[in-house]
Amino acid sequence: MEAVTWIVLVIDATLRVSTPLILAAFAGMFAERSGVVDIGLEGKMLGAAFGAAAAAYVTGSPWIGLLAGIGTSVALAMIHAFACVTHKGNQVVSGMALNILVAGLGPVLSLAWFGQGGQTPMVSDAGRFRPLHFPFADRLADVPFLAQIYSEIVSGHNLIVYLALGMVPLAAWFIYKTRFGLRLRAVGEAPEAVDTAGISVAGMRYRAMVVCGILCGVAGTSLSIAQNALFVRDMTAGMGYLALAALIFGKWRPVPTLFACFLFAFADAVQARLQGVDIPGVGIIPVQAIQALPYLLTVLLLAGFVGKAVPPRASGVPYVKER
Amino acid sequence: MAGEENRGAAEERGPSGAPGVPALEVAGIQKWFGTVHANDDVSVAVDAGTIHGIIGENGAGKSTLMSIVYGYYQADGGEIRVGGKPVAIRGPEDAISHGIGMVHQHFMLVDTFTVLENVVLGVESGYLLRRSLAEARQELERLEREYGLDVDPDAIVGDLPVGLQQRVEILKALYRGADILILDEPTGVLTPQEVDDLFRILRALRDQGRTIVLITHKLREIMALTDRVTVMRAGRVVDHVRTAETDRAQLAAMMVGRSVLLRVEKGAAAPGEALLRVENLAVRDRAGVLRVRDVSFSVRTGEIVGIAGVAGNGQSELLEALAGTLAREGGTVEIAGAPAAPGGHAEAARAMRRAGLGHVPEDRQRMGLVTAFDASESGILGYHRERQYNPRMLMSRGAVVGAVRRTMEEFDVRPPLPQLRTASFSGGNQQKIVVGREMGREPDVLLVGQPTRGVDIGAIEFIHRQLVAMRDAGKAILLVSVELDEIMSLSDRILVMFDGAIVGEVAQAQADERILGLMMAGERVAGAEAGPA
Repeated sequence: MEAVTWIVLVIDATLRVSTPLILAAFAGMFAERSGVVDIGLEGKMLGAAFGAAAAAYVTGSPWIGLLAGIGTSVALAMIHAFACVTHKGNQVVSGMALNILVAGLGPVLSLAWFGQGGQTPMVSDAGRFRPLHFPFADRLADVPFLAQIYSEIVSGHNLIVYLALGMVPLAAWFIYKTRFGLRLRAVGEAPEAVDTAGISVAGMRYRAMVVCGILCGVAGTSLSIAQNALFVRDMTAGMGYLALAALIFGKWRPVPTLFACFLFAFADAVQARLQGVDIPGVGIIPVQAIQALPYLLTVLLLAGFVGKAVPPRASGVPYVKER
Repeated sequence: MAGEENRGAAEERGPSGAPGVPALEVAGIQKWFGTVHANDDVSVAVDAGTIHGIIGENGAGKSTLMSIVYGYYQADGGEIRVGGKPVAIRGPEDAISHGIGMVHQHFMLVDTFTVLENVVLGVESGYLLRRSLAEARQELERLEREYGLDVDPDAIVGDLPVGLQQRVEILKALYRGADILILDEPTGVLTPQEVDDLFRILRALRDQGRTIVLITHKLREIMALTDRVTVMRAGRVVDHVRTAETDRAQLAAMMVGRSVLLRVEKGAAAPGEALLRVENLAVRDRAGVLRVRDVSFSVRTGEIVGIAGVAGNGQSELLEALAGTLAREGGTVEIAGAPAAPGGHAEAARAMRRAGLGHVPEDRQRMGLVTAFDASESGILGYHRERQYNPRMLMSRGAVVGAVRRTMEEFDVRPPLPQLRTASFSGGNQQKIVVGREMGREPDVLLVGQPTRGVDIGAIEFIHRQLVAMRDAGKAILLVSVELDEIMSLSDRILVMFDGAIVGEVAQAQADERILGLMMAGERVAGAEAGPA
């Protein structure tokens, strides 16, 4: 019975942790499929987390918070697109610059606006996305296992968790079943073919970056006003890079990327559960070693188990017509 | 819906337009790239229902002209008329809507997509792919039947041979309702059989009333296929002629502005003992794929041995293994009677050079030169350790510049300025820098890869004469080229490579395109191996 509880709680935590990861990884998928490498997922999430928390605190509405988060993130994505698509700048440099900019700007603006040492004030419950409790939980209360599974795993998450999971099939459908998706995949693979087919390469890449910005915006919002109740400095803690790793591990494809996100989130949930636990025969593992688990896993997977990850051929390469 | 509209518009115009009005006309086109005048007052009229050739040397401005017609570049002056009406073409989408389609020299295909997906890209009939693809499949199958353009619509384009990829490009243009089809150097990557297929398809298209513009620098194609020819030189139109009223020599003279030798003048070979002897050579490329299997041959003093084959059949790896830049998997190589050191390690290329081997690599920009260096530095690469350049501790710039200037003058590099950056020279002159560097040492054995790729006719002629002179001086020359004309006119013996093996040998006198073409496609031709061993 205790084992079941443990498993249910780990799965519950996995779902929660994976939400921003999935959103950010799919944001990266749209960007890279279009040929724009976006190392700035981290910065966009962080910017969105700040925007959402600030707006939600001021207005008391999570929806306005969400809009502000998305707005911040899309604005950052457009700066990236302007630098990399319009001016053909180096995509890694631009993404890194945005990350550094946001890492400093969030705390500075917090200090200037709220005077609370680099973080926003606590957002009231009314201003947050609260866990949704589905009906009938009480009716299942007597059924063993099912009750726990229903109330912890199926029900009881905030809206964005469901949004993220619902977004995955939708994104896959867009990428593989629509005209937009065909052109998106083409422009990341062979922009010259798109250009000669009479479609604007820059236009496609800008559109992809808007989608990327929206998804990162939702991801950041989920961090600050769904899973937490305020913005604190560096609250993304490398999650944007982890999302990029999941994208590569998933070979830029929706379903494998989803599972890569689950795997990283699972590792994180397990490490949280293992802290301070006396493992028979091993003893208590130092917290630092356990906390390193997800990152260690990333390095190991990317180094050895991915096999050959072939990115979209034109990703990272600005499109310049050849003479 | 765009695709349907395009196709509808094409049908309304009818296949041939009004009689007497050219299907496509450019008038007074001007185009500058920085200080280069790529098109200078270019006017061409292409009659409907004909195949019109545009011929010129590399850099004559023919591709630029057609890129302007397709909207890839904007002209700085002049006018484009389609069916007699002036049109503004601001991008490929405008060209497509006026019924102009283009098959580029480098295919504009998405390798990871299916044939069908490539064809519909940009002209999908609706937002959902499933319906667009289903509709396109029917139209594609109709086009394939009508013109004998068989390609599996569900094949992944990257898996197809280049000949079929080119068909996909043609299908793409036809699917977009192209009445006027522009082909830019379409035969560069094809086997002779694939070229025949292409010509058959183009003739069928013409007979159905479509108009075809063929851009090429190959005289043979112009003579075989076109109805009319426009000759360009240095950005200007030299003349327009009817193909039936001209011949290769006249066209060639117009292209280069003087008469040229089309066949290389050379006497009979007087081969002596073998200087390069290769036994059972096997080579893997850098990805570990076995590219050369069990190849044995020798090259004697005073002869040129040519290796023919479609690019990618092991010729490059063979050349690299002999030059020392790739390791040998098996087999032995002897240079002038002495066994050669195994290749692949850092010093191997140098050891080969010391043993008396010169190497003009296939890709001069990647392997032959450092384009960011001065010509004087590129001109001594690989020989930079020689005493003459390093009289004391330091390299003597004066000695380097002096030596390279002498070579540049001897090999007619224009301009003969060693201090100029290598990248500032034209392709032909860059090649002459490499050829001069390698030949200037008078090696016993010279390996030559694609000596005239991307080189203009004047330089081709010069390089060919140098190779023959070297042969007559008693050296052994191994020539690898994908240009069959070059192989046939230069080589005393021809070896054909297919899939890493030598499938046959033909003496120059017995070589013809048909036999070589069949062998290049992997068929063993009876009697072909009966040449001198």
